[in-house]
Amino acid sequence: MMPIDTEPGTGGQPLPAEHKEPPSSRVPAEIVMKLWRGDAGGGEFVEYRLPAEEGEVVLDVVHRIQAHDAPDLAVRWNCKAGKCGSCSAEINGRPRLMCMTRMSTLPPGEPITISPMRGFPIMRDLVTDVSYNFEVAKQIPALRPGPKPPEGYRMAQIDIDRGQEFRKCIECFLCQNVCHVIRDHEEHKAHYAGPRFFVRLAELEMHPLDTLDRRAYIRERMGIGLCNITKCCTEVCPEDIHITDNAIIPLKERVVDAAFDPIAWLGRKIRRRPSPMSASEVAALGAAARSEASGGG
Amino acid sequence: MTGEIERHEYDVVIIGAGGAGLRAAVECLAKKVRTALVCKSLLGKAHTVMAEGGVAAALGNVWPEDNWQVHFRDTMRGGKMLNNWRMAQLHAQEAPDRVLELEEWGALFDRTGDGRILQRDFGGHRYARLAHVGDRTGLELIRTMQQRAVSEGIDVYMECKIVRLTKDESGAVNGAVGFFRETGRFVAFSAKAVVLATGGIGKAWKFTSNSWESTADGQALALWAGADLIDMECVQFHPTGMVWPPSARGLLVTEGVRGDGGVLKNSDGRRFMFDYISPYFAKETADTIEEGDRWYDDKSFRRPPELLPRDEVARAINSEVKAGRGSPHGGVFLDIASRRSPEEIKRRLPSMYHQFKQLADVDISTDPMEVGPTCHYANGGVRVDADTARTTVAGLYAAGEVAGGLHGANRLGGNSLSDLLVFGRRAGLAAAEHALGTTGRPSLDEAAVAEVVSHAASFFNDDGGESPYVVHADLQETMQNLVGIVRTESELVEAGQRLGELTERAKKVSVSGARVFNPGWHLALDLESMLSCAKCTMLGALERRESRGGQTREDFPKADPELEKVNMVTRLSGDEVTVTPEAKPVMPDELAKLFEEAK
Ligand SMILES: Cc1cc2nc3c(=O)[nH]c(=O)nc-3n(C[C@H](O)[C@H](O)[C@H](O)COP(=O)(O)OP(=O)(O)OC[C@H]3O[C@@H](n4cnc5c(N)ncnc54)[C@H](O)[C@@H]3O)c2cc1C
Ligand code: SF4
Ligand code: SF4
Ligand code: FES
Repeated sequence: MMPIDTEPGTGGQPLPAEHKEPPSSRVPAEIVMKLWRGDAGGGEFVEYRLPAEEGEVVLDVVHRIQAHDAPDLAVRWNCKAGKCGSCSAEINGRPRLMCMTRMSTLPPGEPITISPMRGFPIMRDLVTDVSYNFEVAKQIPALRPGPKPPEGYRMAQIDIDRGQEFRKCIECFLCQNVCHVIRDHEEHKAHYAGPRFFVRLAELEMHPLDTLDRRAYIRERMGIGLCNITKCCTEVCPEDIHITDNAIIPLKERVVDAAFDPIAWLGRKIRRRPSPMSASEVAALGAAARSEASGGG
Repeated sequence: MTGEIERHEYDVVIIGAGGAGLRAAVECLAKKVRTALVCKSLLGKAHTVMAEGGVAAALGNVWPEDNWQVHFRDTMRGGKMLNNWRMAQLHAQEAPDRVLELEEWGALFDRTGDGRILQRDFGGHRYARLAHVGDRTGLELIRTMQQRAVSEGIDVYMECKIVRLTKDESGAVNGAVGFFRETGRFVAFSAKAVVLATGGIGKAWKFTSNSWESTADGQALALWAGADLIDMECVQFHPTGMVWPPSARGLLVTEGVRGDGGVLKNSDGRRFMFDYISPYFAKETADTIEEGDRWYDDKSFRRPPELLPRDEVARAINSEVKAGRGSPHGGVFLDIASRRSPEEIKRRLPSMYHQFKQLADVDISTDPMEVGPTCHYANGGVRVDADTARTTVAGLYAAGEVAGGLHGANRLGGNSLSDLLVFGRRAGLAAAEHALGTTGRPSLDEAAVAEVVSHAASFFNDDGGESPYVVHADLQETMQNLVGIVRTESELVEAGQRLGELTERAKKVSVSGARVFNPGWHLALDLESMLSCAKCTMLGALERRESRGGQTREDFPKADPELEKVNMVTRLSGDEVTVTPEAKPVMPDELAKLFEEAK
């Protein structure tokens, strides 16, 4: 990672508690926003002052600065609705989406600092080089469904609830940004997938149609052992995905299974066979899955 | 100043990585042609991720009565019969297979009790037809195809904006020139075939549900390369956008809210849609609240008027607000809280719940939302051959929102995502086959490439020109006020003059700073596209002297049966955009019969 001469993030420090004020409360008349401006070579916080407007989110203010004072201010965004995961940044040191952070939830009357994600190399201003994530994505072994039965695949809702939770991921990479394994150790990037891709791998591993065994790969190439379950990733996920509890810990358990108990794994895969099922079969399967899940298997 | 130009050679270059571009890419990879995917944002962020409600396909999982003929008929009627019948037929026939194959690539749609894909109700669809994942269906489509394409080894050029297409001596498209937003470095692709999958035009209007990427680039690239556009006047204003707070104005509120039972009310608490049932849909629309409410569970009743096609609902809201019966912030009320339990609302519409809670501090499970029309979708677009998605220029293909024809004058909800899949695949297939049948290597006209590069770089100057943001804001104001939901000749003529002035101003904007990730510069170039297409919309709207779907003329309030038979074709002649009404393809008798029976 390129060094920057002003420290924009909070490093491993605990995140400041969020200011709790009802969002509809009064907004101060003037906003003071300190934006990190610069590039790989270095930069600094630049202060902008502008009148407050009703009901704005942080990204709106950044856009107003861009339209009036700094037309070349670099910032990524697309949907402005928390759906695309483009506008990740650190707001007062806290990693979040700029489009989903209302101004009225930030301490009134105090300057607001916005800096780029610290876990990735700076390109310009608030834009970082997130290509590492796209490189990891290429290394994920894809879904391999079993043969398709003549009347099509069937899956019970209960068997895909967890997968759907994982597929809510908007790839904002905030979890990757805070994971200390990546953030503080450039050398790990070559063999560490990071929380976003543990979520992806868990999704594949739990997919009812999948038949591929990725366990050795997850241990050896995706570096799951390096995660020490600090849960920082879960805390910042804007989609409320329970990254550690629902993805990483079960994945770690499976990987251990792989080393010691291939039969347990096989059992799991076979039970999720992709064949046509009657409604009652599906229901029975769902019930079995539920009892298995509560039994901690 | 412009630096060295990066070079790449491919069989097929696909511009756009939304649903249409990704589906085209998957198809090209299957055909084993060398394929590049180019997009303005990072991979996986395209506008398609915002799609909420679902993808329409007559799977018949919830209502076995459903089939492609019914879907075809709904689509044509929703489009006020202006649709290209062959596209509508292919779309209805192939959508189910396109949805099912996504499952093999990992998509997890919501399920029925017996483990099949669940389908939900949407406006204009006779049966519950939209396969969905809560209200984040677009994300599921994007992610599924993105992961598929990546695992098949696609070459992706992210944050790269294409500025112009290039052509060979025969007039066929043979490449594209652009730059990387991240670095400002220029790049030229040579290709045997180019697929446009660049999405919509919404950013030319002030209140829009579209992302910054929807700047009409593909429509403009096609126009400048000599291709025809059709029916650009038919712009869809979605009836339900957020109206408050100001910064969220225009953000979409999915039609799924109404499909799942939400109703529209004015300030008197009246379900006013019952007052706006046009004769065209009277036969199939409930005229009492009791009947409308029973339809959700029993399709033998007629549908509630809240689920009329979007153009009808948007006009009705517009009229209520004008008549002084609007909500405090200039919309109307959309109420699901009094109709469904809070648990059900949160489960069925999680991202809507989240969006209102976060952005407007409104709990939709207990309080009504305030909504109003927002510019949403380009029904018209690049003229294409139905079977192959080929444009009127050799070597150039178009699919998805950038293409015109399928949706006629008004698109039904859910028919866009299925459009992306059906015609994304067909465009990819045809482009791959074209490439396989083309011998020799494409060679770019170097003078033309250099000209594009120097033109793009010319905005960095010290001439003290205006900021592109100011010109953009004025363009949005002009389109919103003069080429909005309801149009009239005098305003359209005025819009024409203003667009002329804005075009001159846009040529002279100045940008400062470096080429590395410089949004002001990007906007200066986006402005060229938006202005070209805004002119097409204005001209089409002027020429189509009737009201039909997304084209509403105050001075011609009725549909004209003669104009149902023509597309408004806009194309470049010299430097000027011209408009010509041209006959559209005639539906064969066996399909026309479907409409007789329905009457
Ligand atoms: C909020 C919202 C909700 C919606 N919900 C639904 C729904 O429920 N069901 C439904 O059917 N439809 C829905 N739609 C409509 C549908 O989402 C869009 O019409 C559709 O996603 C368009 O897809 P596309 O592939 O054509 O283009 P897009 O997804 O818009 O992608 C365009 C791509 O082109 C790239 N691009 C553009 N210009 C250039 C250039 N010059 N150079 C390089 N790349 C370029 C962009 O980067 C992007 O990758 C919704 C739309 C919105 C706004
Ligand atoms: S729990 Fe694991 S993956 Fe998540 S931040 Fe901590 S170390 Fe990283
Ligand atoms: S898991 Fe959550 S934090 Fe991580 S990339 Fe996905 S949405 Fe963002
Ligand atoms: S802009 Fe899409 S998540 Fe913020």
